[in-house]
Amino acid sequence: MEKFDTQNKVIFGFWVYLMTDLIMFAVLFATFAVLRGNTYGGLPLSSLFSLPLVLKETLILLTSSFTCGLSLLAVNHENTKQTIGWLLVTFGLGVSFLVLELSEFSHLIAEGHSFQTNAALSSYFSLVGTHGLHIAVGLLWLLVALIQIWVKGLSPHIASKLTRFSLFWHFLDVIWIFIFTIVYLVPLK
Amino acid sequence: MPNRATKTTQKVIIACFILIATDVALVILLLVHGSNFALLNPKGPIASQQRKLIFTAVLLMLTLVIPVFIATFFIAWKYRAGNKKAKYTPDEKHSPLTTFSWWGILIALVCVLATLNWKSTHALDPYKPLPSQASPITIQVVSLRWKWLFIYPEQHIATVNFIEFANHTPINFVLTSDAPMNSFWIPQLGGQMYSMAGMQTQLHLMADEIGEYQGSAAEINGAGFAGMKFIAKSVTEADFNQWVQAVKQSPFVLNQQEYDKLVQASSDNPRKFYSYTDPNLFDNIMMKFMMPISSPAMHMHGMIMP
Amino acid sequence: MTNFIFGKITLDALPHAWYTIGASASILLGAGVVAFFITYYKRWTWLWKEWLTSTDPKKIGIMYIIVATLMFLRGAIDAGMIWLQQIFSSGAHHGYLTPDHFQQVFTAHGDIMIFFVTMGFLFGLLNIIVPLQIGARDLAFPFLNSLGFWLYVAGALLINMFFMIGGDFAAVGWLAQPPLSELQFNPGVGVDYWIWSLQVSGLGTLIGGINFLVTILKMRAPGMTLMKMPLFTWNALCSSVLIVSIFPILSMTIALLFADRYFGMHFFTSDFGGNPMMYINLIWSWGHPEVYVLILPAFGIFSEVVSTFSQKRLYSYVSLVIAALAITALSFSVWLHHFFTMGAAADVNAFFGIMTMFIAIPTGSQIFNWLLTMYRGRIIFTTPMYWFLGFVATFTLGGMAGVLLSLPGADFQLHNSLFLVAHFHTMIVGGALFGIFAGITYWFPKVTGFKLNETLGKYAFWCWICGFFTAFVPLYLLGFMGATRRLDHYDASGWQGLFIVAGVGLVIICCGALLQILQIIISFRQRKKNLDLTGDPWNGRSLEWATSSPPPFYNFAIIPAVTNRDAFWEIKKEGKPVSTNYQDIHMPKNTAMGIYLSGFVFLVGFAFVWHITWLIVVGLIGSIMCVIIRSFEEETEYVVTAAEIAQIEANRKNYGKI
Repeated sequence: MEKFDTQNKVIFGFWVYLMTDLIMFAVLFATFAVLRGNTYGGLPLSSLFSLPLVLKETLILLTSSFTCGLSLLAVNHENTKQTIGWLLVTFGLGVSFLVLELSEFSHLIAEGHSFQTNAALSSYFSLVGTHGLHIAVGLLWLLVALIQIWVKGLSPHIASKLTRFSLFWHFLDVIWIFIFTIVYLVPLK
Repeated sequence: MPNRATKTTQKVIIACFILIATDVALVILLLVHGSNFALLNPKGPIASQQRKLIFTAVLLMLTLVIPVFIATFFIAWKYRAGNKKAKYTPDEKHSPLTTFSWWGILIALVCVLATLNWKSTHALDPYKPLPSQASPITIQVVSLRWKWLFIYPEQHIATVNFIEFANHTPINFVLTSDAPMNSFWIPQLGGQMYSMAGMQTQLHLMADEIGEYQGSAAEINGAGFAGMKFIAKSVTEADFNQWVQAVKQSPFVLNQQEYDKLVQASSDNPRKFYSYTDPNLFDNIMMKFMMPISSPAMHMHGMIMP
Repeated sequence: MTNFIFGKITLDALPHAWYTIGASASILLGAGVVAFFITYYKRWTWLWKEWLTSTDPKKIGIMYIIVATLMFLRGAIDAGMIWLQQIFSSGAHHGYLTPDHFQQVFTAHGDIMIFFVTMGFLFGLLNIIVPLQIGARDLAFPFLNSLGFWLYVAGALLINMFFMIGGDFAAVGWLAQPPLSELQFNPGVGVDYWIWSLQVSGLGTLIGGINFLVTILKMRAPGMTLMKMPLFTWNALCSSVLIVSIFPILSMTIALLFADRYFGMHFFTSDFGGNPMMYINLIWSWGHPEVYVLILPAFGIFSEVVSTFSQKRLYSYVSLVIAALAITALSFSVWLHHFFTMGAAADVNAFFGIMTMFIAIPTGSQIFNWLLTMYRGRIIFTTPMYWFLGFVATFTLGGMAGVLLSLPGADFQLHNSLFLVAHFHTMIVGGALFGIFAGITYWFPKVTGFKLNETLGKYAFWCWICGFFTAFVPLYLLGFMGATRRLDHYDASGWQGLFIVAGVGLVIICCGALLQILQIIISFRQRKKNLDLTGDPWNGRSLEWATSSPPPFYNFAIIPAVTNRDAFWEIKKEGKPVSTNYQDIHMPKNTAMGIYLSGFVFLVGFAFVWHITWLIVVGLIGSIMCVIIRSFEEETEYVVTAAEIAQIEANRKNYGKI
């Protein structure tokens, strides 16, 4: 009974944390909405993006969310091997997402559209970059969790941790959907 | 329980506090006697209306605050633990009617104040031109570090830290900044308006009486901020025209070089008078924050954020 | 190479002005003296084990209050410096401070008083009282509580750090509005210190907010439904909801300003498409609810104090709860009233003005609750009650000034004037701080086991209230004379006299503060006379009085079952015999990880201020390692057996009624 209460408390606390994170992203979205047109004479943002690349990123992240869900199912079935397997797939997908995002960033900067160029680009890099930073933190978390499973097996402690991780990962997915729509799709209309 | 001696000490000390309080009140009264309460001594229609608004609102609030104040201290005194004669109902249930009634009183009062708010905010909208028979004059205001630059586009003159205008003539102030933002304020003529770089705000004021009024910068914008004061001088129309002619003879011409010098930070600047010719000076100051290409000026009105 | 090792630090950064030398010397001297005594009495291990690494909210609360008191000293010295300058700097005289230094002083004064004094005191009280009031043994996340406290300490260190390395603080006003706070106008490290001290302590506050929200919602004693919670807990809950909603905005806004300054971005610059107005909107959408974060717990304290000392049930509990909730909800819709003068349309200004007036309804309604609670009560005039009456006097004055400012037409004249300064001091000193003083006096015996000396407390009160009016009435008047705030110099125009009176007021307030310190010292020396043996010195009503004073580390040997709003009052009335059917309980272990982690975060902040890249990397890796190591610790709790509890309970000589 007491154990259950603790978990309940921790999960609830994690939800509250996610809400605070959501507010941080809301600030970034608002900033982006205000500044997206302020290019100080530079090219409009929409002309800088390569949509196929972004679509690839989106698909990878959505798939990783799915595999993350599968790993949680495996946790519920107390299947350690499957859990580790699906988590590794999630990790791989996350890394490839980050690599794609960083290549997009470096491409933009190489073309002379850096975060210092104008306010619109500052807000773009900050919004997308903060999401990317979250993904990186998530990957680190995943790595530590994998080590812990490897060392200690699937204890309830780790199961709870994985539940929280999957909340975090799905949350980042939702944020990405908003980024995909608001940053990349809206100006196409 | 404190004994008699400490009780007497207590009384003496409380008496001392009351004495100090009265003294302070007297000193304050003496000090403010004859001072200029700029906000209560308006010299133009806007400031007069604003004073009236302050008085009305305070009076409205006092109708509730004074009774509550008296009731608080009366109840506190009457139901003191020492007064065994007073009624004592420790487990009294609250009556919903009482609760609703005080919420009702508060809501009613706030509704009255809200009406006052809506009406006065629209009546005193700084962007609203003032009705007058005289044709208005435009003065462009640029806040710099740490001085005010005033440009008279119709008269082709410019001044630093000093403005002159005819009384009974509406003044359309158009404000921008070439420095950290500031707030333009002539208390005896009316309230403030921010000046912000790359943006343009407006303020409409008018003076009824002839006189010199203090103007100041109300928003911190760096080290010289306290010295960023100016005089707003209201004169008759004839005097104003004469003054304009005199300034036009000024040996100083406000051109780009002169402006570049003005933009440099400097404190406690004396008044200065210029003639000038470049009609785009003010617009250029504003636009340079949006360059390299020019785009339409951002007008603030009607937006929370541009 | 030196550039790599020291970043932007040069020899010039070492103290060389009188104030940096003086402050550094006194800080080092103070720390040295404390360290000497701890070493002399061989108390280092005790300090480390019993206090610094503690996860007990009562101890963390006391540490919060101690740090807040130290910061109060710093903030008060700043206040004194501001007033001294304004007294002397009139006409031909220019005072003893340069304009730049004066601006640093009032910036620091504002930030310290809000972020480190008021917030510190509040978190102290919340930590000590909330778990006791809801019948819990601990907070939801004891480690995060310790971490939050140490982040607050790291922030407090950062805001004082410039004395020793740097020499300049931000000279930009307490909210550092751009473009003034941008690199173009403030290239020094002052603004960076500002950014990082607020960022670090803000993170601590956010963690604390989440912790209290979860604690209050998930850890109440059996039977204590939401509508049976004591009013202080209700207001703490509302306050936590606000913290959780607004501190992310603060963190992100400051982070964007940091990005402008460090990475050369253009969020709030005037040129390159940046938009300073956006900062002002964002910072005030944090800043206004923040005022309610500070004031709501004070309302809660007054509700407890009034009902206890009127010896009567609170009048219309539900109305008070609705008021707190309404204030919480409305506080998000008023931020624009901080800049009516920005030129928004009349409709927009009027909307925000009217919303501001609406907040006055729930706020004012509470006064009626307290009034009717006193009505037909038996009011005992203890010091907390004095603070309450003082609060009514100041708060109605400040409230009236606030409603006046919510009229855009009037605000155009009063904005940025000393009237405004007087208004918010009335709210924060007369509202939040008086509430905190009432709370500290009220709960002092619960924490220490002895009451505070009443006579000295009352003298302190009289000093505060007289000093307060002497200090701030002149500022209201100066506002009407057209005096703007933050003036390091003014022309001789009849203002000087009023500034002198205000200075006298400050001296009287300082006497009050000294009397409070004296009160604590004398009460400690006479503690045998004022011992609280029952655990219930005021005939209280809520659960914190149901345990002994000071409470055992587990708060309650048996968690009381709650059936009624005034939980302890009912228990006392029923007078059931004490159960001794103890069970094993789990208590959190102490941990030093919060200290280590905050230490690394402090390094990160410091390194960012001075652009020391290697130290940033070290700090970040250190922080991450701390988190990872912590995540490997599964046994964060230990068991106190029923037998041990029985022994502790039996050993306590004057064990209360439960």
